Amino acid sequence: MRQALVVARKDLLIEWRARLLLVRVAPFALLVLVLFAVALDSEPLILRAAAGLVWLAMLFSSLMLVQRSFDVETDDGAVDVLLTGTVEPAQVYLGKMLAAFAQLLALATTLVLGAVVLYGATVGADHLVLLVTATLSAAWGLSSVGTLYGAVVANMSGRDSLLALLALPVTAPLLIAASRATEAAFGSQTIDTASGWAWTALLVVFAVTFTAAGAAAFGTLMESDA
Amino acid sequence: MDDLGFILASWLVTLGSILLLAVATLRRAKRLARQTPDDAKPWL
Amino acid sequence: MTSTTGSATSAGNTSAGTATTGTLFTRIIGAAAIIITAWVVVSAFFITPADVQQGDSVRIMYAHVPAAWIAYLAFITTAVASGISLVRRHRTLGFDRVAGASAEVGVLFMGLALITGSLWGRLTWGTFWQWDPRLTTTLFLFVTYVGYLAVRSIDTNPQRRARRSAVLALLAVLEIPLVHFSVVLWRSLHQEASVLNPDGDVRLDDVMLFTLFSGVVAFTLIFVWLVMHRQRLAALQDAQLGAGLEAAIAMRRAETVA
Repeated sequence: MRQALVVARKDLLIEWRARLLLVRVAPFALLVLVLFAVALDSEPLILRAAAGLVWLAMLFSSLMLVQRSFDVETDDGAVDVLLTGTVEPAQVYLGKMLAAFAQLLALATTLVLGAVVLYGATVGADHLVLLVTATLSAAWGLSSVGTLYGAVVANMSGRDSLLALLALPVTAPLLIAASRATEAAFGSQTIDTASGWAWTALLVVFAVTFTAAGAAAFGTLMESDA
Repeated sequence: MDDLGFILASWLVTLGSILLLAVATLRRAKRLARQTPDDAKPWL
Repeated sequence: MTSTTGSATSAGNTSAGTATTGTLFTRIIGAAAIIITAWVVVSAFFITPADVQQGDSVRIMYAHVPAAWIAYLAFITTAVASGISLVRRHRTLGFDRVAGASAEVGVLFMGLALITGSLWGRLTWGTFWQWDPRLTTTLFLFVTYVGYLAVRSIDTNPQRRARRSAVLALLAVLEIPLVHFSVVLWRSLHQEASVLNPDGDVRLDDVMLFTLFSGVVAFTLIFVWLVMHRQRLAALQDAQLGAGLEAAIAMRRAETVA
């Protein structure tokens, strides 16, 4: 596990220096929220849709972040260095996933705050725990899927659009569950808190599944050619 | 027959596209097979 | 995988090979497929009765249901072949080619299932689309495999292609049930009257059942035929790749020697 933390720290340091999240991705995500409001042009509708829109914006923005995680590596063959050394592939995967998780969590928090400010969403004190748990679980799931598929398309030409084409369908269950759980946390009429927790459980199942899959598949993906 | 248009369309698209894929595959295969020596063909 | 013989790889030597990917087996399968398909079409249009509720639109079922079945068969085939290609390292490329061929054919049948289902739905439900779990999952399966094929088409190195595609195919095995489950939960929120399933509502009498069964058999034969030819085509393409690479290396060597 220590190796994973080392990898995570390295990735986060790179991000800290480049400040991609701060300067490009978060503004893009907030811009998406604004554009939704402009396009839908109806405050009651936007408020009802707030949860779904937050996670939609999250999905699109997260691709930008994940892409970066592997572009950095492949440009100078850094992953090869990691792997031919003594670092287990699963540890590299977990480390990258952790770094992505931290960034995605920050992004999600920004978006939820954006929904509160721009859309008028409210979170009662009794729903706060649900909101936090759901957000954590969804960010975890996204980071596991994003890192895994980022590894699949690493080094390929046209990997930006490929990543979107491959990863977005896979994230559909996460989108459904995160939106419903967040909707419950925002105090919806149709989804009660208990259901919100059920959706959160699905988020955790999703995250665990793809974390395991990622740890297992990473070695195969990073193999050098025979 | 009622709705004959839709029914015919379904069947024509189905059989037509299968046929297209079959023909396209056979033609590409024929062209390549001519250029490739037989010991690269394990099915022969 | 060892190369073809030396004489074949030197530039300019086009040794004429047998110009076919067909064998006795594929010819038999092909003939059977054509005959049974012809029977199914005749039966679907002229022999089977119209449905009590749906009328003649049920005749689309004989194309739609087999197409959907074969789509899932292709999906399973790709997954199994991918799994084997990862485990049996000395047979990786062969199984990878089967996986790829099956995916290509599978995408065709998934598309057909969606199109025929949509047309059938338009006649029975009044709309081209319903967000029910089965249709939605099939749509996701389709998109996933389009992505899979896109990835395959980019890799120039067969070993890399095999590894990447295999991982994708196995991930799809994880993804699709998750998608299906989520959509079931999602749609259950809407308390709709149980979605009219075109094939769920149809009362199948003996002739209809037999025709449907024949349809599945016919499409399975078509699937096998297509996959066999497609994977042999892939073997030819890979051989060309290998020959081209060797010719390039040989030319390079010739340059340095001279």
